[in-house]
Amino acid sequence: MRFALVGQPNCGKSTLFNQVAGYKAETGNFHGTTVTFTESKVRVAGEVVHLVDLPGTYTLAGTNPAEAETQRYLQSRQVDVIINVSDASHLAQGLDLTLELMSLGRPIVLALNMMDEAKRIGLHVDGPGLAQELGIPVLPLIASKGQGVLSLFTKALSQSRQTVPASGKVQIPQEGALRHRLAGELAAKYVRQGERRLTWRDRLDDLLLHPLWGYVFMAVILYVFFQVVYGIGSSIERPVLAAFNGWTNQLLLKIGAQTLWGELLFGLLQGISGGLAITIPYLVPFLFGLGLLEDIGYLPRIAFLMDGLMHRLGLHGKAIVPFILGYGCNIPAVMSTRILEERQDRFLAAALAVLVPCSARLAVVFGLVAFYLGPLWALVIYLFNILVIALMGRLLTRFLPEETPGLILEMPVYRIPTGKTVFGKAWFRVREFLVEAWPLLIAGSLALALLTYFNISPALNWTLRPVTWLLGLPVETGVPLIFGVLRKELSLIMLRQALGGADFSAILTPLQMLTFTVFVVFYIPCLPTLAALRRELGTRPMFIIAGFTLIVALTAALLTRGLGSLFL
Amino acid sequence: MLTFMVSNTLLQVRIGASVRILGFEDGKNLDAKLRQYGLFIGDQVRVLRLAPLGGPVLIEANGREIALGRGIASKITVECL
Repeated sequence: MRFALVGQPNCGKSTLFNQVAGYKAETGNFHGTTVTFTESKVRVAGEVVHLVDLPGTYTLAGTNPAEAETQRYLQSRQVDVIINVSDASHLAQGLDLTLELMSLGRPIVLALNMMDEAKRIGLHVDGPGLAQELGIPVLPLIASKGQGVLSLFTKALSQSRQTVPASGKVQIPQEGALRHRLAGELAAKYVRQGERRLTWRDRLDDLLLHPLWGYVFMAVILYVFFQVVYGIGSSIERPVLAAFNGWTNQLLLKIGAQTLWGELLFGLLQGISGGLAITIPYLVPFLFGLGLLEDIGYLPRIAFLMDGLMHRLGLHGKAIVPFILGYGCNIPAVMSTRILEERQDRFLAAALAVLVPCSARLAVVFGLVAFYLGPLWALVIYLFNILVIALMGRLLTRFLPEETPGLILEMPVYRIPTGKTVFGKAWFRVREFLVEAWPLLIAGSLALALLTYFNISPALNWTLRPVTWLLGLPVETGVPLIFGVLRKELSLIMLRQALGGADFSAILTPLQMLTFTVFVVFYIPCLPTLAALRRELGTRPMFIIAGFTLIVALTAALLTRGLGSLFL
Repeated sequence: MLTFMVSNTLLQVRIGASVRILGFEDGKNLDAKLRQYGLFIGDQVRVLRLAPLGGPVLIEANGREIALGRGIASKITVECL
């Protein structure tokens, strides 16, 4: 038995999916969060059902790869029941897709999601009337609160056993424009617009999208975001790091620092404390904050405010989605380039998105620069990063001369995020760090211990010497930079180990910290991201992008070395 | 007697005005793209706001808010209502 969730972007399919399947799909209050299908087994009335969450699509005749994925799936796989999720507050649009899905002739259930939102803006939806006219079950749903989920799935199950095909009163036209008109007529007939209560949410855009105040608020919001992440992170980093340094010294005194076991123990403790003290304290508040901004619906507002500026610098407007996702992790960012129609745009967006400092590089920026030079310098790095990306965008579009189609972006209504989805989302990504990245960090630290003990590091360090010399960095930064390609946090954690585990400020000058961080922010994407690039674009583009980032990193770091010496 | 219908592009519409979409200068390509967002010829839209620095136009169509880059907005011909 297989149910497929189909609906328009940002109608809450993934929210519904997560309600029944646990947190497995990324959600966000803007469209294009889901670009590939996620499947999970759920139990409905004692029966095991495969539930599939498909990428949002406005029409089955869509042209971008994410929409094509939905079409392909519906056509090729055995889908027993289509659960069509529709945003009740925008029914005219949703019915467009419903009518198209009905013409597939499969059992179908229509779920009217966000009934609370519809009620808020004064809409009364006549579900039974609509059900009768369409000849398919229509059920109310508030996916974010889990209301109506059970009855929806029970209905879908009973629908799968129905042998008699649905019969409604409507004749579904084949032509898109006619279908659109019919959808509009149906919505007009079954949705009654009552008193619309204007709430603070409707007035919010007057402030947040204001030509002047919008930018002021954006700056304040981002500044506060940074301060909070830094405040929480550094207050944990300090004591935890001190405690670990104490234990390490005690243990090494017992075992002896120069022995193999001593080196391995040192590496192990460095790997553990690196994750616990330097990465997690910043990662958790950052992901939590990003999730909050995402679910509220503020991120597309940033896109709206920044589009003009980005266009001026040659960037593609809609490419903002990969960029925003990139701050969490570059892998979903690369995958989300599928929402772009043209191959060239996808290449461009992917090449630029991997320059966005992901949460792994955030650890380096905060753990090193913010911690030792102050949070303002971290903000400077982020702003410098945006500037470089913008310049690169302008440069690349010069080599890829093609008219960009420009921005088409739906502005979602503000939603009050539910704790469950925000926590779930943050946990989803933190868990990824705990089970995938952290073991790798520890393994990397152990590998470095072996390299040090067997005296191999110097050789590796010398092969990278031309780069480190050029950037004015100590020779020991070579190995951490090589390992940083595996995971970006490794470059910082192994650096600490390579430099003897002491305070960074004793070994690196502020300028060296800044140069090192800028280089780490830009250079070669981590291995999993490279794999994602290869999957999305192909092997050759992957190598081109890797080479490109290396050149950008060298240039940016050299520039930092030159300019930074004026201030530090 | 002759009546003149003034057709403008979406970019020339003042903020707050309601207009009807007459067509797309770009032809098929843009038509198909905007259909994916549920914007069809004949739809009534309202211009809500304009982003500064050459940014997008925010419109309301069928109860949804959609931001359109100026390049696209300048290719959409509309009639004032």
